[in-house]
Amino acid sequence: MIAMDETDISFFKDGFRLDGRRADQLRPVKIEVGVLARADGSCYIEMGGNKVIAAVYGPREVHPRHLQEVTRAIVRYRYNMASFSVEERKRPGPDRRSYELSKVSREALEPVILTTYFPRSVIDVFVEVLQADAGTRTAGINAAAVALADAGIPMKSMISSCAAGKVADTIVLDPMKEEDNFGQADLPIAMTPSGEITLMQMDGGLTREEFHQAVEMAMKGARDIYEIQRNALVDKYSQLEAPVEEVKACE
Amino acid sequence: MDRKVVVPGDLLSEDAKRSGEGTFVKDGRVYSLLYGLANYRDKINVIPLAGKYIPAPGDNVIGVVKDITFSNWIVDINSPYDGLLHISEFPKRIESDEMSKYLRIGSSIMTRVKDVDPTKKVELTLNDRKLGLIKTGQVVEISHTRVPRLIGKGGSMISMLKKEVNCNIFVGQNGRIWVNGGAEDMDLALRTITLIEKEAHTNGLTDRIVDFLEKEKGARS
Repeated sequence: MIAMDETDISFFKDGFRLDGRRADQLRPVKIEVGVLARADGSCYIEMGGNKVIAAVYGPREVHPRHLQEVTRAIVRYRYNMASFSVEERKRPGPDRRSYELSKVSREALEPVILTTYFPRSVIDVFVEVLQADAGTRTAGINAAAVALADAGIPMKSMISSCAAGKVADTIVLDPMKEEDNFGQADLPIAMTPSGEITLMQMDGGLTREEFHQAVEMAMKGARDIYEIQRNALVDKYSQLEAPVEEVKACE
Repeated sequence: MDRKVVVPGDLLSEDAKRSGEGTFVKDGRVYSLLYGLANYRDKINVIPLAGKYIPAPGDNVIGVVKDITFSNWIVDINSPYDGLLHISEFPKRIESDEMSKYLRIGSSIMTRVKDVDPTKKVELTLNDRKLGLIKTGQVVEISHTRVPRLIGKGGSMISMLKKEVNCNIFVGQNGRIWVNGGAEDMDLALRTITLIEKEAHTNGLTDRIVDFLEKEKGARS
């Protein structure tokens, strides 16, 4: 986080943020389910200026073989930013940052996936950031959770993710690019709807009170996102409400 | 009937005893494990809308031989786990060096899952009169989650279909379906199966399929 002289940017105008939001307001979220035909499950998400697509493959055979686990499925998560996703061209390919985000995002989702149902297999999650506007890891996790559900993978619950930050000594929800770049802190979290946190990171500095306030705010944001995720999934099959006869397989 | 779309983690019931397939119990409450349709009966089952076929003992499946080892055929059964068909499970006693005479790489077979061990090693068998090599007809692939609907309650849909289209049909639990009959009959059967897959979630499907078949047959004659 670059500590810039804040005289250059005023983050608030008449109590509203640069994009007209209140401090505790999310950017608009749009979720589409099943956007890729080849993938077993997929999801496209827009969170403000972030545009992210997630694809899930599996469970399927593990290649290379030595990664295989005898008692459970392994989960692989690849976070990748497209070279055109940011203003200055991002050099393509994995880098320190994307390795870290892949790891923490995988660890955010793994606790809810029932990997023991699929020994010796792999569940591959691919997350591609098409356009970045601060908070791509949270968008990626939200998309990946929906894509996992869409792929029919058993999970104990969904995962929703949201960030809170601190700008101009105020705690704000879901910081956008300017607030992230020139703000004082950024705190992304991921959690289950029941409030079990599976990811928490922070950079910048917060006091104890600010930290609690930021976590509260991010959790509320994540709960709102959960409702949007849930609606997106239910809508895909809303015409499906009609009964399917329950049947036992027989010849 | 009480039925709705649920997502993983949705609370289904406060009564732990009602936990059925696709659900789990935590602190005496029943939650959904899957994204699918919840079915409220005595037990609550969640029927998935997607997912891979996971073999279970006793399932009839259609597989394609993809490799031959010293004493096993390795069979692709449209699942993350390959099936192993041991030489001793072939109806006839054959020698190891003549395995490829009977089932070659690329051969399609109707087979049955004999056993699945905890590490998901899948053993197949051909020891039944209705199992064996596929020599004629066609195989179509649908999502395995639609198979119960194709079969219908107590086999109602499939027996109706067999009679109406005058075809022999073998339904693999892995979503592969073998159809054998006259060229026109087979074509109609395949189109009907595709329709069932597409509308698997709708109400009164059997009646609509009967209507569809009548119309198609009327158009033909």
